[in-house]
Amino acid sequence: MAETKYTEDHEAVYVDGDVAWVGITKYAQEALGDLVFVELPEVGKALSKGDEFAVVESVKTAAEVYSPVDGEVVEANDNMPDDLELIAKDLADGGWIVKIKISDASQLDGLMDEAAYQDYLKTLD
Amino acid sequence: MLKKTALHDLHVQLGAKMGEFAGYDMPLYYGEGVIKEHEWVRSSCGLFDVSHMGQASLTGEGSLALVQKLTPSAFARLEENRTKYTVLLNEQGGIIDDLMITRTGDEEFHMVLNAGCKDKDLKWIESHVSGDVKLKYYDDWALLALQGQKAEEVLRDVLDIELKDMPYMSLWYQDYEMFISRLGYTGEDGFEIAVSNEDAPALAEKLLAHDAVKPIGLAARDSLRLEMGYALYGHDINAETSPVDANMTWLISKSAEGYFGYERVHKDLSEGVDRKLVGFKLIDRGVAREGAEIRDENDNVIGELTSGGHSPTMKASIAMGYVDTAFTKSGTKVFINVRGKNLEAAVNALPFIPAKTKSMKKNAA
Repeated sequence: MAETKYTEDHEAVYVDGDVAWVGITKYAQEALGDLVFVELPEVGKALSKGDEFAVVESVKTAAEVYSPVDGEVVEANDNMPDDLELIAKDLADGGWIVKIKISDASQLDGLMDEAAYQDYLKTLD
Repeated sequence: MLKKTALHDLHVQLGAKMGEFAGYDMPLYYGEGVIKEHEWVRSSCGLFDVSHMGQASLTGEGSLALVQKLTPSAFARLEENRTKYTVLLNEQGGIIDDLMITRTGDEEFHMVLNAGCKDKDLKWIESHVSGDVKLKYYDDWALLALQGQKAEEVLRDVLDIELKDMPYMSLWYQDYEMFISRLGYTGEDGFEIAVSNEDAPALAEKLLAHDAVKPIGLAARDSLRLEMGYALYGHDINAETSPVDANMTWLISKSAEGYFGYERVHKDLSEGVDRKLVGFKLIDRGVAREGAEIRDENDNVIGELTSGGHSPTMKASIAMGYVDTAFTKSGTKVFINVRGKNLEAAVNALPFIPAKTKSMKKNAA
């Protein structure tokens, strides 16, 4: 099973072949607090690395979620707006927001692994 | 350096997420999160620390006349120990602050002021004090709000006082110095308890020890007041808006005149205003927040939201904002522009959900 990778903006990325499953990290969830809505992109939307593709709305604020790679949205998690608790699940277990077909796999090299992400979080507090 | 209330240590001990509000380090929410806290207040009873709010009194011959000069409401016939919600107006008829004024005697009034406004309020009031009138600021007093349908039961159990027959917006004394008023900012039955800073932590801990009571932070206080359509100063009302703009004509006394801003208020009442503060409920999914534009079907901008968020009770996005008066009728279809997208919404009567405050008649006995 592929390992989950992380971005500095607190996206969590699980790579399944040439498709990236993208959600948000536990840290991001805790920072956001109670969620109230997730705005999803259209399937087929072309994304460049760093593009906003979804907005997670919490009681407190609206947080953009950014694409970790260039690619195309191949699936959006339509269950999520009705079941916001899904976001707390592991990516492969329903916690993904979108699946993105990766155009340039080399962009994955810049992502952090679990240990590096945990170290990164320590620098934030 | 942020200011602290008398309950600051207790909040930290309870694990509150703290944040800045009006210069104070205040609890935003505790462990269970905002929605759980909101629901707890609607179903049981919550304890809020609102000690950052200002408490002041006006006493002495001329106090009534001064209150009548400062506000557009009528106090002459208000009974002792009764409270009115009103506004301080500037000379241009704009709202300096909204506040609660309790009549504690013929020429005695107690005021509760917004935290972010209290310094300017006191300066403003002080500049109009003359003769025998004395303005006193109670900076060593805390204010606890106990809100929810179980509040009466909690005060009976914890303090051994029976408030069953205590009318809405009244005031009560207990052994140690404490003002209890039956009012609040949640739409629930409940009380605000003014008590000395010294006694506040012990009282708060006693109340929190009751099974029905949980501590509630400022975030849920905001979603609770939004469901009731209660204005938040600095957002829904400010020094530019008149009480007519703010749809608060009910607090303007028809017989009062000569108060600050009378000309503007009178003109707004007789000629009407361009925009008014109303409620909105989102029909499309999403969350509409403060600052979002309100547009008509032809995409013309017709107003702006001044408050907005998720309603845990309605499980919908609700908001308040100023909109052209042609669009203020309940049910009117409008669009709220959220991140460039027009989301359908409808003008909604306020409050969004019925208030459960007790409107007891004064005891015949």
